[in-house]
Amino acid sequence: MTVADVVKVAKLARLDLTPKNLERTAAQLAGMLEHFADIDALDLDDVQPMTQPYPLRNVFREDVVRPSLDREEVLAAAPFAEDGRFRVPPILGLDG
Amino acid sequence: MSDMSSAPLSAAQIAAGVRAGTLKAADVLEQHLGRITDREGDVHAFNLVMADEARAAAAAVDAAVAAGNDPGPLAGVPLALKDNMCTRGIPTTCSSKILEGWKPPYDATVVTKLAAAGAVTVGKTNLDEFAMGSSTENSAFGPTRNPHDLSRVPGGSSGGSAAAVAAGFASVSLGSDTGGSIRQPAALCGVVGVKPTYGYVSRYGLVAFASSLDQIGPFTGNVEDAALLMDVIGGHDPMDSTSIPEPQPSLVEAIGQGVEGLRVGRITDLPQGADPDVVDRLELAFEALQAAGATIVDVEVPAFGYGLTAYYLIAPSEASSNLARYDGVRYGMRVDAPDTNAMYSATRAAGFGEEVQRRIMLGTYALSAGYYDAYYGKALKVRRLIADDFDRAYTKADVLLTPTSPTVAFEFGSKGDDPLAMYLCDVYTIPTNLAGHPGMSVPYGTCQHGLPIGVQILAGTLGEQVMFRAGAALERSIG
Repeated sequence: MTVADVVKVAKLARLDLTPKNLERTAAQLAGMLEHFADIDALDLDDVQPMTQPYPLRNVFREDVVRPSLDREEVLAAAPFAEDGRFRVPPILGLDG
Repeated sequence: MSDMSSAPLSAAQIAAGVRAGTLKAADVLEQHLGRITDREGDVHAFNLVMADEARAAAAAVDAAVAAGNDPGPLAGVPLALKDNMCTRGIPTTCSSKILEGWKPPYDATVVTKLAAAGAVTVGKTNLDEFAMGSSTENSAFGPTRNPHDLSRVPGGSSGGSAAAVAAGFASVSLGSDTGGSIRQPAALCGVVGVKPTYGYVSRYGLVAFASSLDQIGPFTGNVEDAALLMDVIGGHDPMDSTSIPEPQPSLVEAIGQGVEGLRVGRITDLPQGADPDVVDRLELAFEALQAAGATIVDVEVPAFGYGLTAYYLIAPSEASSNLARYDGVRYGMRVDAPDTNAMYSATRAAGFGEEVQRRIMLGTYALSAGYYDAYYGKALKVRRLIADDFDRAYTKADVLLTPTSPTVAFEFGSKGDDPLAMYLCDVYTIPTNLAGHPGMSVPYGTCQHGLPIGVQILAGTLGEQVMFRAGAALERSIG
């Protein structure tokens, strides 16, 4: 886990890390990954991955109109809203 | 050591009294608000105390009784909610700056159910930011202190909910448990804490941390109250597609059944390292259940010790995905920037605390191209090994007993700067979440310095009834 790795991951995660934080994060993540290497000792070739604890099945409901959240109430919780919509900065900007 | 002698009535006693008209919900509430006035400044269990709303709710309960109506099985019971459960029109912060000012447009299912049962919500409790931590030291609003010793942590992440019950600020509370966040603080604060089977309680309106692990459960002063809460909050919810449709027999009825013939398992290959006092109390718990008619059997759960690694790859991976929604568009705060990508990154860096950022980074890395199979994929296989090991153990035993926490409540700052030291707090609680099984912590005496110790009882999928029978028997054994 290098600082370059951390820069790449921070970009994927949309987190502005300061240079000081980058080095600290690299060291901490490296320490964790070293600890997490304990599972390398296990033979996992024939083991099926488990993504959730209860047997998965599709859950359907009737396709009928039901009351949903109040639009004004939802928009009131947003940092910026305008004309019944969320307002965001330009999508195609400096990083575009 | 603080004076905990003014023992409040149990939730069951409060509800019975209020329903019978011999107790006023308003009076019960004022007693709890009085304790909050006296000690909340020291303990800091709450992000928000809702005195006005609580007084209105208590008055409505009393009015219902006066009109000859039954307010429900939790009539007048003062309740505290972990501040990651949505309450319509009332701030829900997850103890994070990023949700500053956010008022949810809906109630969590548990909130609706508890109100319908007559409970009176007194406030929203502090937590480690987004439930990530084991001490509440990661709260953006400052830590909660352990009511038994203010120099020590209450545990976490549901530290505020555990402290609120331990201090008598609320009769009962709800927390959420992703890797031990109900059971560990329950143990450190000397109260009962239950993590139900995954899917037993609806997660609708619980702010998601790791969706395949999160589960809501109660903190109470005794096992009967925990059963009472579970009977109210459990059950299928069409709004949560992972909630279990199977019927859930009453736990209040189960606790009287005793443990005659119950097989209680001792995990012979359990990870070592618990404090001697903790190990001593666990041994006494085995003896007590045996004396009550249970049989002690040895079982093995070989993959138990790999739970920590599997958890700290799976939970941050799910968190990195769940927390992608905090992007400065729909909720809470925004840091302005010239374009959306820069705005996302600036908002998230300013809004999330250090531990949350660390877990997002770890999860993003574990899911990223080239590393997915080596980390996340492998962790999912280890998760299967753990679940299979438990299933084998539960063919020989009905319940398993372990320590809840390897230590008693520790001092603030004592885990230093090493995230792994904090993660090890959950070594005994995490495997259950991975398997999706229920677990509970029951207070079982104290260490030589008088700090509470909890014993953890584990059971297989939907094994709540046997788990509660064992919990009630343990409680009876210490009187």
